[in-house]
Amino acid sequence: MASIRENQAEIVEDFSFLPQWDERYSYLIELGQKMEPLPEAFKVEDNIVRGCQSTVWLHRECRDGRVILEADSDSLIVKGLAALLMKVFSGQPAEDVLKAELTFFEETGLDKHLSSQRANGLMAMIEQIKTFAVKCAEEK
Amino acid sequence: MTIDSDKIRSDFPILKTEVNGKPLVYLDNGATTQKPQSVIDTIVDYYTHYNSNIHRGAHHLSNLATEAHEEARKTVQSYINAASNREVIFTRGTTEAINLVAFSYGEAFVNPGDDVIVTEMDHHSNFVPWQMICERRGANFRTIPFDKNGNLRLDVFEKLLSEKTRIVAFNHVSNSLGTINPAKRIIKMAHDAGAAVLVDAAQSVQHVEHDVQDLDADFYAFSGHKIYGPTGIGVLYGKESWLDAIPPYQGGGEMIDQVSIEKTTYNKLPFKFEAGTPNIVGPIGLAAAIDYLNTMPFEEIRAYEDDLLEYGREQLLEIEGLTIYGNADQRTSILAFNIEGIHHYDLGTLLDTQGVAVRTGHHCTQPIMTALGISGTVRASLALYNNKEDIDALVSGIQKVRKMLGE
Repeated sequence: MASIRENQAEIVEDFSFLPQWDERYSYLIELGQKMEPLPEAFKVEDNIVRGCQSTVWLHRECRDGRVILEADSDSLIVKGLAALLMKVFSGQPAEDVLKAELTFFEETGLDKHLSSQRANGLMAMIEQIKTFAVKCAEEK
Repeated sequence: MTIDSDKIRSDFPILKTEVNGKPLVYLDNGATTQKPQSVIDTIVDYYTHYNSNIHRGAHHLSNLATEAHEEARKTVQSYINAASNREVIFTRGTTEAINLVAFSYGEAFVNPGDDVIVTEMDHHSNFVPWQMICERRGANFRTIPFDKNGNLRLDVFEKLLSEKTRIVAFNHVSNSLGTINPAKRIIKMAHDAGAAVLVDAAQSVQHVEHDVQDLDADFYAFSGHKIYGPTGIGVLYGKESWLDAIPPYQGGGEMIDQVSIEKTTYNKLPFKFEAGTPNIVGPIGLAAAIDYLNTMPFEEIRAYEDDLLEYGREQLLEIEGLTIYGNADQRTSILAFNIEGIHHYDLGTLLDTQGVAVRTGHHCTQPIMTALGISGTVRASLALYNNKEDIDALVSGIQKVRKMLGE
C-alpha cells in the first residue's frame, strides 16, 4: 500500500495535469461522485463534522491499528475534498496518520483557492481524523 | 433615465479587475460594496496631508483633521436628515451601533418581565444583542414571523405589542430576502404602544428612503462599507432626547467631561458615546461616498436598481429548477435562490471560477433558513454599478455550472 507521502505526491501530480481551476473543480467533483456511498446508518449526528457550512459526515473505524475512513457531504466539492483526505489517510497506520504533515493543499494551490469557510471545514475534518488516530494508536 | 452605467462603472477602479482570467462580475454588494476613486483618493489624501489626532491637538494638522471629521458628521446628518449633528454617533459599524443601543437602552429602560421585539428576518447582528440584553435584564425576547413570500406578519406584531413592550428592532431591508419592510407603519405601531424603535438600515440606507425624521425612527444604524465607503466606520443615529436619556456604552478618553476619583461626568453629545481615539479617517471616507451618491438624484438611483432587480428576477426564473427566496410586495437589491440538485456552496464556488462573485450560506440569518427549511442560498446582491451584463454573466455562469455538474 502506498504511503501517505506517496498518496499526496500522486494528488499533486494529478492536479498538475489540470491547469485551469474549472477543470480542477470538475476533477474534484468526479472524485466525490466516485466515492463509495456512505451507508445511511453512518449518517448520524456523531459523525457530523462541525465547522463546515455544508453537512459533512465522517465515519471512522480502527482496524488492526489502521485508520479506516468513509465520508459523504451534500456539497459535491466538499465531498471531493473529503475524497482527497480519504485517499491520503484511509487504511494508513494510526501512527503514520499522527505524524503525517499535509503538504498537498499548498502544493496543489487548493489552500489559496478554497474560501476560508470551506478551508475551515477541511481543517475540522483533518482535526477529527488526527484525534481519532490518537485513540486508534492507543487501542493497538 | 439619467443614470449612466458606463460612467459609474468607470468610477470604481476595482471593477476592471480580472478573477481567474475572467472580468470580475461583482454581485456580493450585500456583504460589502466597492469604493469609487473619489473615496480612495480622499483616504489617501488624509494620510498624505493631514493625518493627526482630533479634538485636542493644539496644532495645524489636528485642526484640519478635526474639521474634516466633524464636517463628515454634518454630511451624514444631512444624508439621513437628522435634526442635529449631535444625533450622529460614529461607531465601528452597524453591529456596534446596535450593541450600543441594546446595552445602554437596556440598562436604562429594560426591566424584568418587559418585552423586546425583533423580527425573524433580522440579521444576527440585530438579533443576538437583544437576546443578550433580555437574558441580562430578565426580559422576554419576542419575534415577528414572516409569511412564505417574505412579508412580515404585522397581524402577529400587533398582538405582540403591549404596555410591556420596551423596544422594537427590525431591519428596514432584509439582507437575505430583499424585503423592504413597511418601516413607517411598524414605527407608528410601536410608538402607539409606547415602545422605542431601532431601525437596522445596513441594507436600506443605500437603496431606499433614509430620512430618519420622516420615518420617525428613535435609533437608526448603518455601516459605511455597504454604502461605498470604507470599512470600520458605522453610524448610529439617535433622537437627542433618547441619547440624553441612556448611559454611555464604553468609558475612556473623549467621552468624559471631568474625571476625579470621586466622580466622573460625561461629555456632551455626540462625544458621550465615542470613547477613545475614534476612526478618524473613516467618517471622512464615508462623507466622500455620500458626496459621490449625492451627485445623482436618489430617485433615479432607486429606479435604476429596481429595474435591474426585476430584470435579474426575470432572467433567473427562466432557469429550470431555480427557486427565488424573497417575493415580498416591496423588495430591493437581493436575488437569493437555489437550484434543485445543486448545493449552494458548489454553485458559488464554481461561479467564482468564472469571475462571478456571489455569497452562499445562511447570510447570518439562521432563523430565516430554519423558517424556509433550507440550509442556505446563493445570494447575488446588487449595487449602483451593476448592469444587465452582470446579470447575463450570472445566468450564463449558472448554465455552465450545470454542464460541469452533468445536470
